[in-house]
Amino acid sequence: MNTADTAHSEGPSAFAQAAELELRSVSKRYAGQRVPAIADLSFTVPAGEVCVLVGPSGSGKTTAMRLINRMIPISDGDILLGGRSVLEREPRELRREIGYVIQQIGLFPHLTVGENIATVPRLLGWPKQRIAARVHELLELIGLDAPDMEGRYPAQLSGGQRQRVGVARALAADPPLMLMDEPFGAIDPINRARLQDEFLRLQAQVRKTVVFVTHDIDEAIKMGDRIAILAEGGVLAQYDTPREILTHPANEFVAQFVGADRGLKRLALTTLAELKLVEPNGLRPDLSADGPRRVKLETSVRDALSLMLSAGGEPLTVVDDGGRVEGLLTMKVVENLLSDEAAATSPSAAQATSPRLA
Amino acid sequence: MALVQIAAAGPVIPNYAAQSSSCEVHNRFFCGEWVSRNWGPVLWPALREHVLLAVVAVAIGFAISMVLALAAHRYAWLERPTILVTTILYTIPALALFELLAAPVGLNVYSAEIALVSYTLLILVRNILAGLRAVPAEVLDAAEGAGMSRRQTLVRVELPLALPAIIAGLRIAIVTIIALATIVYVVYDRGLGVPIHTALGEGPFKTELIVAGGLAIGLALVADGLLVLVQRLLTPWTRARAG
Repeated sequence: MNTADTAHSEGPSAFAQAAELELRSVSKRYAGQRVPAIADLSFTVPAGEVCVLVGPSGSGKTTAMRLINRMIPISDGDILLGGRSVLEREPRELRREIGYVIQQIGLFPHLTVGENIATVPRLLGWPKQRIAARVHELLELIGLDAPDMEGRYPAQLSGGQRQRVGVARALAADPPLMLMDEPFGAIDPINRARLQDEFLRLQAQVRKTVVFVTHDIDEAIKMGDRIAILAEGGVLAQYDTPREILTHPANEFVAQFVGADRGLKRLALTTLAELKLVEPNGLRPDLSADGPRRVKLETSVRDALSLMLSAGGEPLTVVDDGGRVEGLLTMKVVENLLSDEAAATSPSAAQATSPRLA
Repeated sequence: MALVQIAAAGPVIPNYAAQSSSCEVHNRFFCGEWVSRNWGPVLWPALREHVLLAVVAVAIGFAISMVLALAAHRYAWLERPTILVTTILYTIPALALFELLAAPVGLNVYSAEIALVSYTLLILVRNILAGLRAVPAEVLDAAEGAGMSRRQTLVRVELPLALPAIIAGLRIAIVTIIALATIVYVVYDRGLGVPIHTALGEGPFKTELIVAGGLAIGLALVADGLLVLVQRLLTPWTRARAG
């Protein structure tokens, strides 16, 4: 879904493009501990894609992330950013080229929003006008361009605003790679969903290579172009697209981790816009403006199915943003989707994995 | 009547014999006339000397404390010996310390300042360290992740965030030293301690004691207030709240 020509820069920048990230047999052993924290970890994140590192606590996902910008030294193996080993780089210089966002955000409380965002450009010695222009550009990008916002201190912001400023600070020098450690972990569920959607919209614009750490498989499925599932001891259990992981979990650990409802989760990956809906012939569409059986095209099949179950299995009326009726969603339409997906997946692979998963 | 006659024949206070006014002669509790006559020659110079004694002591003490605190912040093992030594210095009775210094250093400004400086160290080192320690871990993590060097983190993040604690330490130190400097006269006859000491030896006339003591208290309050102002100017973020 991403190619080099879509991975473009969104502003004046020292780093024009997102970069490919490759981990080659990376290990991390701590002195005095028999079990490694990260064991022989290899995967490649194509430029401009979001890779989610997910796993239970103790799986070393944060450690793996911090090896990339060398905040934790690597014991073995190599990490390449844009084809160049990070081990050859001066660590501070490397970190200025990698956006860094953490759960507690870590905004500098004594600096204003504008000064926080300007952190890395200042370290890089950009001229004043260029920094000011970049700060304005980013405030606009994250939707915090109210006139007094730039001069506020972090204590004067809401949790969601702080998180946005944290992301803007990480994006300031237009880095080719962003590291995000549970960035929405401390936000309440409603605002978390909003920030996730916002970040996906932002990512569609800026097209960074992103390594995103979370312990929440639903967040991983939502945010990731690819998901790396880590098991205890920093062993890579599976590295694949969300759809592949939900359809073909590589082993019992992955199947358990994604949950028994992985069939439903897979439905969450498809929106109604991708389905062949039924013409409203003979059936009566729900034409009331805010009717209980009206859903929008961008609703996921999972949510629509849940609504349909609540409505006693009655068909739902699918409308576009303007409220125009696109068609009807019936149980039959969902069944067709499932049989299409079953046909698309190789039956031998499904049979090979299913006995072990049972 | 007898008292008045004695005073007329030979004044109680020989220093001011020429200008003795009636309230001096009668040893009133407070003699305004004496104050206005002695402001120029006695009180104002003493006040200026007192300010200088205190400011120099706190300035030197702050410089030494900053070095000690930064060293203890960088190398954790230095903290215990640093706190131990500065605590011992702080516990030495002031008069004893002046006596101890008088023999090797002499009755001069150096004895006075060495003693005063030694009393600032514990207060300042402790406060600077507490301020540096209170910087949240996630802020340091963010600074490191942004590619700041250790020095950049110290100068741009840790010291600014430690400022409220540092200034709190300076306030305690300056008030303490202004009070303590009134006994510096033991080794160095400057400052507000001199008129206070004179008054103590002069029998019933106490105006000098009241005025000099009052000046010391006022000076401490003004210094404290100035530092509060400095803090408001330097740390605007501490008053920024949502809403």
